[in-house]
Amino acid sequence: MEEALVDWSRAQFALTAMYHWLFVPLTLGLSFIMAIMETIYFKTGNEKWKKTTRFWMTLFGINFAIGVATGIILEFEFGTNWSNYSWFVGDIFGAPLAIEGIMAFFLESAFLAVMFFGWEKVSKKFHLTATWLVALGSNLSALWILVANGWMQNPVGMHFNPETARNEMGNFWEVLFNPTAIDKFLHTISSGYVIGSLFVIGISSWYILKNRHLQFARRSMLVGAVFGIVSSLFIVLTGDSSANHVSDTQPMKLAAMEGLYEGQEGAGLVAIGVLNPKKTVNNDEQAFHFRISIPRLLSLLAERDMDAFVPGMRDLVHGNENQGLPPTREKMKKGDQALKALNSYNQAQKAGKDSLASAHLETFQNNYPLMGYGYFEEPEEVVPPVGLTFYSFHFMVILGFYFLLLFVLVIWSNINDTIGRKRWLLRAALYTIPLGYLASMLGWVVSEVGRQPWTIQDLLPVKVSTSHLNAANVELTFWLFAGIFTILLIAEVSIMVRQIKIGPK
Amino acid sequence: MHIIKRIWRFYYEGFRNMGPLGKKLWIIVLIKLFIMFAILRLFFFPDVLQQQFSTDKERSEHVINEISKP
Repeated sequence: MEEALVDWSRAQFALTAMYHWLFVPLTLGLSFIMAIMETIYFKTGNEKWKKTTRFWMTLFGINFAIGVATGIILEFEFGTNWSNYSWFVGDIFGAPLAIEGIMAFFLESAFLAVMFFGWEKVSKKFHLTATWLVALGSNLSALWILVANGWMQNPVGMHFNPETARNEMGNFWEVLFNPTAIDKFLHTISSGYVIGSLFVIGISSWYILKNRHLQFARRSMLVGAVFGIVSSLFIVLTGDSSANHVSDTQPMKLAAMEGLYEGQEGAGLVAIGVLNPKKTVNNDEQAFHFRISIPRLLSLLAERDMDAFVPGMRDLVHGNENQGLPPTREKMKKGDQALKALNSYNQAQKAGKDSLASAHLETFQNNYPLMGYGYFEEPEEVVPPVGLTFYSFHFMVILGFYFLLLFVLVIWSNINDTIGRKRWLLRAALYTIPLGYLASMLGWVVSEVGRQPWTIQDLLPVKVSTSHLNAANVELTFWLFAGIFTILLIAEVSIMVRQIKIGPK
Repeated sequence: MHIIKRIWRFYYEGFRNMGPLGKKLWIIVLIKLFIMFAILRLFFFPDVLQQQFSTDKERSEHVINEISKP
């Protein structure tokens, strides 16, 4: 496949997904924050909490309206730009996406109307239930799309039909409870909760800095910070679980995240470091210009054993006999056998040579788990972009701990009643809003760039997934999207800013 | 029937009494959906396999041919 076509198709998908992701996490996080605020109103009957809830609900509505359906474009791209991939994944994607559509339609759409129109028309209890159901519905919608993504990172619960070239669902529950998907879901939604918290704290800080709506701002800030701390701690847990599963299913990604070229027993976790860009899996250059590591922590996180061996990129490419790791070239041979057997099987089927067909089918099935390796010409092709993966991962982690510190400081200053005097903290909270989005985007970069060259791990690389299109047309739609999404973003920010300036009524 | 009438009334009054912000957001949503489905989907994003082949068998053969030649 033409390299420019693959690159533009990837760029277009990444652009669309990232713009889509600008809207989604605030919906996920803010929906729960306003549900908590409304619950306090329901319990106390204090009208101030109603006012607080309604203000954040308005901002939620703006974000929801601007962001709604931006993800549909990703589905358009599957059919146009990624037709081989779309056909290949078969009903594995169809089922979760259909459930996602139904969930989104019934839970979000129906109860969203109750949430916005029903304040004076339905009972307090019913309204509160509607708000919680909107929050749950939004988050459950995310579940299904992340189940589909989790399957791409760790394909389970299916069998490939060599006659139709499609994967067929073998076990729905295995696909749903795929550990990679569950980790991804929990880690991703909790990043949305942190963004929601940072948003509430940041906007509240702005009011305090402007000396406006002080009681409202402090009320909101406290809910945001407590929700933020709980979410941040949850992110640490789900991040740890993700790293553990990545080490099992995508060891190359883990090695790239840590810039680990040579496998080690008792491997340390890099806290901060500067990679040597000249380092490859084929030379003996130093991997880092500078680094500070926490001894043996990577082994503990990856293998739950401080002395365990963690394979490096070199071990995974060239093999490590002592650790029982086969070289990639061996996998390439098996992949090649699978592809040839698939071809031969279909030819034998057409010719009506049943016994020959079943022999080829057996060869194919034996080698199918490594089929994707058959597309590579050199073993080094299995190494993802190390710099981008490494720095994205480390900046994300550093930002995550910074957010935790910020939440603690905000709560502490609220309890001490010193928040109004700490203008540096209020400014920091305000300017941290975009950092929340940055951290979440970096998480996606780690997940998606770190799994390159695969679209579906071990089965289908990116270069085989795309449709035969004119690269110039894909480039045109890339810029078209960039324009449309930028207009939407400007619309969101300007409407949101105007509403924030108006403040709670 | 009574319930359906009440639900209809609820939505009708909700939309009728919607403030300027709500109306503005609905206009943005409708313009966006129009651009996505009536322009992008129709002119820029055809389903390649649906467009080029008329049966699933043809589509399967095409994809097998694509994926089995490294």
